[in-house]
Amino acid sequence: MKAVYFASVRERIGLTEEEISPPAGVATVAELIGWLSARGEGYAAAFANAATIRAAIDRNHARPDSPIRAAREIAFFPPMTGG
Amino acid sequence: MVAPTVRLCAGPFDAAREEALLLQGRTDIGALVCFTGLCRDEAGTLAALELEHYPGMAESEIAAIAADALTRWPLQGLTVLHRYGLIRPGEKIVLVAAAARHRGEAFAAAEFLMDYLKTRAPFWKKEHRADGREGGWVEAKASDDAAAERWQE
Repeated sequence: MKAVYFASVRERIGLTEEEISPPAGVATVAELIGWLSARGEGYAAAFANAATIRAAIDRNHARPDSPIRAAREIAFFPPMTGG
Repeated sequence: MVAPTVRLCAGPFDAAREEALLLQGRTDIGALVCFTGLCRDEAGTLAALELEHYPGMAESEIAAIAADALTRWPLQGLTVLHRYGLIRPGEKIVLVAAAARHRGEAFAAAEFLMDYLKTRAPFWKKEHRADGREGGWVEAKASDDAAAERWQE
């Protein structure tokens, strides 16, 4: 699946997007954040305050317990500040 | 059913023109509420705002919020425009124009749209400071979340 990052999450990880292949045990958004956090310092910093990080699955808002199995694209970003 | 106009803009937009387009040829509209959000200079300290967005989701999320508004109020016209990219102080960031038979629906729909846009549309503001120092990401406000929650009853 494709992971895409925005704003401060993008800056800390240093990538706009990447292809990821989490193991089968990683089933939810929260578990994916945990798995990504272990990939390096930038990821750990991006997800340090995991409770504030928002996610979208295939461009729809998702929750920490949303299943990721069928996702093609998962986005991670801080709370939105448009308008 | 009214088909809302939703557009993302890479450059400045003309709010008066959008308002005129919404009203063109219409004799059934009794109330039009137009909200415009602008870039402030924060007492001269801000050179620009950089609006990052999630292409694809920004459009679909605004369209979903507009569709939600149309189920809540009997609107006769609805236009939502949102800028992205570099925005200078004095420039417009967002336009919500809601037309209805009466002012109550138009005011409520415009406020609902702004409250939901701020908390659900995937945009992020980064500050570019006038003194050239590195600016930060604008923090989301709890008051914006509270404003959006009002509509969930």
